[in-house]
Amino acid sequence: MIERNFKIWRGNSKGGDFVNYKISIDEGMVVLDALKLIQADQANDLGLRWNCKAGKCGSCSMEINGKPKLACMDRVTDYKEDSQITVRPVKTFPVIKDLVTDLSWNYEQNKRIPPFKPKPRENGAKYRMQQEDVDRVQEFRKCIECYLCQNVCHILRDQEKKNKFVGPRFMIRLASLEMHPLDTEDRIPAIKNEYGSGYCNITKCCTEVCPESIKITDNGIIPIKERVVDRFYDPVLKLFRVFSGSKK
Amino acid sequence: MIDIKELQTFEHDVIVVGAGGSGLRAAIECSVQGMSTAVVCKSLLGKAHTVMAEGGVAASLGNADARDNWKIHFRDTMRGGKFLNDWKMAEHHAKEAADRVNELEEWGAVFDRTKDGLINQRNFGGHRYPRLAHVGDRTGLEIIRTLQDYAVHRENIKVYMECTALGLLKDGERISGLIAYWRDSGEFILFKAKAVILATGGAGRAWRVTSNSWEYTGDGYALAYHAGTELINMEFTQFHPTGMVWPHSVKGILVTEGVRGDGGILLNSEKERFMFRYVPEKFAPETADTEEEGDRWLAGDKTARRPPELITRDEVARAITKEINEGRGSPHGGVFLDIATRIPAEKIKKKLPSMYHQFKVLANLDITKEPMEVGPTLHYFMGGVRVDSDTQMSRVPGLFACGECSGGMHGSNRLGGNSLSDILVFGRLAGLGAKNYVNSLSNKPNIDASQVNEIIKNATDILNRESGTNPYLIHEDLQDVMNRYVNIVRTEEELKTAILELERIKHGAAKVKAVGASQYNPGWHEALSIGNLLISAEAVTLAALMREESRGAHTRLDFPGERDEWLKYIITISKNKDGSMKIEKIERPSPPKELAEIAYAKIEELEK
Amino acid sequence: MNNNSIGFTYRADNWWLQPVAVLVGLGAFIAYSTWAGMQGAYYYYEPYLSPFYSPLVYVKTGIPGGAPLSHSLLGAWPAWWPNFFLLPSSPAVLILIFPLSFRLTCYYYRKAYYRAFTWSPPACAVGAFPQKNYKGETGLLTFQNFHRYALYTAIIFLFILYYDAAQAFFYKGGFGAGIGTLVLLINPTMLALYTLGCHSFRHLIGGQTDCFSCSKTKFGLWKKVTYLNERHQLFAWLSLFWVGFTDFYIRMVSMGIIKDYNTWGI
Ligand SMILES: Cc1cc2nc3c(=O)[nH]c(=O)nc-3n(C[C@H](O)[C@H](O)[C@H](O)COP(=O)(O)OP(=O)(O)OC[C@H]3O[C@@H](n4cnc5c(N)ncnc54)[C@H](O)[C@@H]3O)c2cc1C
Ligand code: SF4
Ligand code: SF4
Ligand code: FES
Ligand code: FES
Repeated sequence: MIERNFKIWRGNSKGGDFVNYKISIDEGMVVLDALKLIQADQANDLGLRWNCKAGKCGSCSMEINGKPKLACMDRVTDYKEDSQITVRPVKTFPVIKDLVTDLSWNYEQNKRIPPFKPKPRENGAKYRMQQEDVDRVQEFRKCIECYLCQNVCHILRDQEKKNKFVGPRFMIRLASLEMHPLDTEDRIPAIKNEYGSGYCNITKCCTEVCPESIKITDNGIIPIKERVVDRFYDPVLKLFRVFSGSKK
Repeated sequence: MIDIKELQTFEHDVIVVGAGGSGLRAAIECSVQGMSTAVVCKSLLGKAHTVMAEGGVAASLGNADARDNWKIHFRDTMRGGKFLNDWKMAEHHAKEAADRVNELEEWGAVFDRTKDGLINQRNFGGHRYPRLAHVGDRTGLEIIRTLQDYAVHRENIKVYMECTALGLLKDGERISGLIAYWRDSGEFILFKAKAVILATGGAGRAWRVTSNSWEYTGDGYALAYHAGTELINMEFTQFHPTGMVWPHSVKGILVTEGVRGDGGILLNSEKERFMFRYVPEKFAPETADTEEEGDRWLAGDKTARRPPELITRDEVARAITKEINEGRGSPHGGVFLDIATRIPAEKIKKKLPSMYHQFKVLANLDITKEPMEVGPTLHYFMGGVRVDSDTQMSRVPGLFACGECSGGMHGSNRLGGNSLSDILVFGRLAGLGAKNYVNSLSNKPNIDASQVNEIIKNATDILNRESGTNPYLIHEDLQDVMNRYVNIVRTEEELKTAILELERIKHGAAKVKAVGASQYNPGWHEALSIGNLLISAEAVTLAALMREESRGAHTRLDFPGERDEWLKYIITISKNKDGSMKIEKIERPSPPKELAEIAYAKIEELEK
Repeated sequence: MNNNSIGFTYRADNWWLQPVAVLVGLGAFIAYSTWAGMQGAYYYYEPYLSPFYSPLVYVKTGIPGGAPLSHSLLGAWPAWWPNFFLLPSSPAVLILIFPLSFRLTCYYYRKAYYRAFTWSPPACAVGAFPQKNYKGETGLLTFQNFHRYALYTAIIFLFILYYDAAQAFFYKGGFGAGIGTLVLLINPTMLALYTLGCHSFRHLIGGQTDCFSCSKTKFGLWKKVTYLNERHQLFAWLSLFWVGFTDFYIRMVSMGIIKDYNTWGI
């Protein structure tokens, strides 16, 4: 048994501060275990979200020693023995209580995105898609909506531009729809004008924190930005479209 | 007394409680049928238990093996459930699963593909053919995200997140709505509705070692029980053979059956592939005799038979328990599951990415190099609310149930992959059932203020008490009792001890106290779920004591083997007038002839 | 210091290490290349031509370490050249804009300098430089969208630099090789590994389609480009270092400070 010090932010929308807790930990414990232990023994009303405790649901997002992480996949023993572990709620979204924040903004963004619109089946036959065609889309669909990327993206976190940019999670949602071999909807103009692809300055913090290791920037946002360039910024392609009479 | 006019109130045609696969599918159907629909769920949208499902969804698409068809799926399901399944439900399920999976694809789901570009299917225990449509080992995520994205774009569905249902309201015999509270503010809400669909999942949290999330506190069972329905098949709790056993803090987390489906083998401490010794007679003709034959089967040889690791879960879980009890377990009290020596590292990472990640992070173990240590973990409730096989309505008019929350479909043991198909098929049927019921109503049900007040008072008492017991400790106590006395192998003595222990815990629970205010207070939430856990635990224990045989997931050491006599009965649980639990042994109707023929047919007769 | 200040963080690790490394690395290169480019001398040592100076549009004769007039595309240095401090009559000044614009608009370098130079943000979960009206790449920086045009010129430069490397095998018509030849051969190779892993290239070569199975060649190419793209940062730095080193090597040899070992015995 080893003792560890935790410094946990307690409070609500009106304010709060760090509170210290000391607990003894077991081998293999993750930060979420430690928090649950504190909750059971020392602070019954410690506000905290978790579901699967296996890195699959994306509920337990918080900032541990300043790094946005899933508490259920972060082993306590990975921290230096004498160090104190600081736990605070994600910064970008308003605190409800303790480590729980109001994530409703994210759900609103999802609603704004035009849903999947598949081509019709050919005489009712099964759809066919090759694995190599769906690999890219599947990478984005690994997303567990932990919103850690939304939390760390400086556009939402520091620049207060929630009204201009939907954030990395929804950029890859858009990418997964745009790259879907069966989809027929065109979202490119909206990606530029309404969802704010131009606001992203590809500084890649979203990719750095994604617990699903989705290459959000390289495989999602940049390819989408390139598609926007095709449509809006490439004079040669524009000319080509004028002459070929194609709209896209 | 609270004036109900002052309560925050919402009115819909239907309230769906639960936003897992079954709840969302039910809500979509209600919405398609033109009803105003509410989805109430106690976590955030998209976090329901379904998100954790790994292996796949079973449907006889016939993409991976063209010989497959609904009849064989039906036969496998009945055999897996030891013929205790509700015949009609199993028929619906086998017939409709394929349409539901194809429909998901139309709504944006992206399953792994076969070489021909169709939805790929993998092998799973008890399924004759590769049948599980999947996305790596995150199928549940794909399903829930697809349904979620589809549902949020429908005008007449409103989602109430982090909102917990506390009690159902009735107008006479029929449903009139429910009371819930917002987790963040602690405020109570009145939902008025003509019908309620329960899709709240199971109650695995009553056990210490479980693959289930905190949500699985049996809320739906308790809501339905108090509203006057019956629960059936509660003795059948599925222990998944392979949960993590080490480190201690992650004990119980699931290791998908997909590991075995893709070639993983079970070994004891003597490096013996012990499953060859445990193949029951019934499965022997369809199971490989030698390692070599098993390997050929995995390689796709259609003349070979499946390896013994892939027989049904109940058998595998029992075999593992026996190995451990006889001293041939692994260092941390499990057995070894080896995939490293079976398939190349790259393929493991491609087919089982989240298993790889899970072990790497949580156990510091590289599954492409070393074997895993696994042991049984409580996983699934075959039992649940008793419903009509076609409409999913319980005996309370207007109260429906679907998904893990309902019972009957899986009999005494569920095949892997049959739950994800179950939630889709019966979610839809519940939606249709609700539509027909709502249409048949001539007037709107009324709200009874005294019911509302009682529910709210019970909830606030917990906060207002001067002092009392710590809800977390009660919960731990319960988990220990269930793990000790109502585990995978049961005896009369242990079950009786469990009943006494449960009585003791009930006394403590009556005095439970939550400290702090009602705003996002997990202590209070925990306290509110204790009653539900206790009802679920008691139902399981009583039913387990009554069923004096071993069938499927229910194993009685003092009554080994299946008894034909017991095949005729199911056990129901309901609430007596005095509030005590009533347990009954009820005779099953005889099976429809054409279905019985399929279920007992020789496999060759069904292959086209 | 409150939660919203620049540089505010609860991170306990050395998050500043990376931006500082970039600052130093890029800073050093910019300083050296500006200095070297302005020299207009010691960029040539037969048969080696510094990549900073290639292609030679005009050549000024009679300069120590300068190239002979025959190497010039358009002949002698024009008389109208203003020739003041910021615009010295150095052939490098005429072409530096091309590699510069390529790297300037490169998705990787954008990340690197937005972090290290403009602190937006300096590191993840560390307070960014607060801009009241942050516009990202929609305002002034919209020009970043023209990266693909810079890419087209970069591809042309690859050919030019390989041509230079080929030239480096011939000293006064005699076939042979020296350390300089090797240096000049590695240079465009590094650049190619960098250029061909470009995000825009990856898009143009195949990324823009939703159907990879429709063309096996397209998919094959895309996969190869993707391989390089995953290592784009690495090659960005290697090629940057190497192009600087190549100039440095030739400059040193040209100035007679170090000796080039070669088969010609010069
Ligand atoms: C780790 C794991 C892996 C699995 N893998 C597979 C697999 O590969 N294949 C397969 O077929 N099955 C699998 N299963 C089983 C399957 O996932 C579940 O049985 C199924 O998803 C249950 O779905 P559901 O819709 O019934 O309930 P859930 O998805 O559990 O949803 C329950 C919902 O009810 C809500 N709820 C509960 N109580 C209340 C309340 N009081 N008030 C408001 N809302 C409430 C919850 O918030 C939640 O939204 C797996 C299960 C686990 C745990
Ligand atoms: S790369 Fe773009 S989306 Fe991702 S964190 Fe940086 S600015 Fe935000
Ligand atoms: S993309 Fe990654 S970091 Fe962002 S929400 Fe999804 S899983 Fe989380
Ligand atoms: S609890 Fe599900 S991701 Fe941590
Ligand atoms: S992205 Fe770096 S060169 Fe184009």
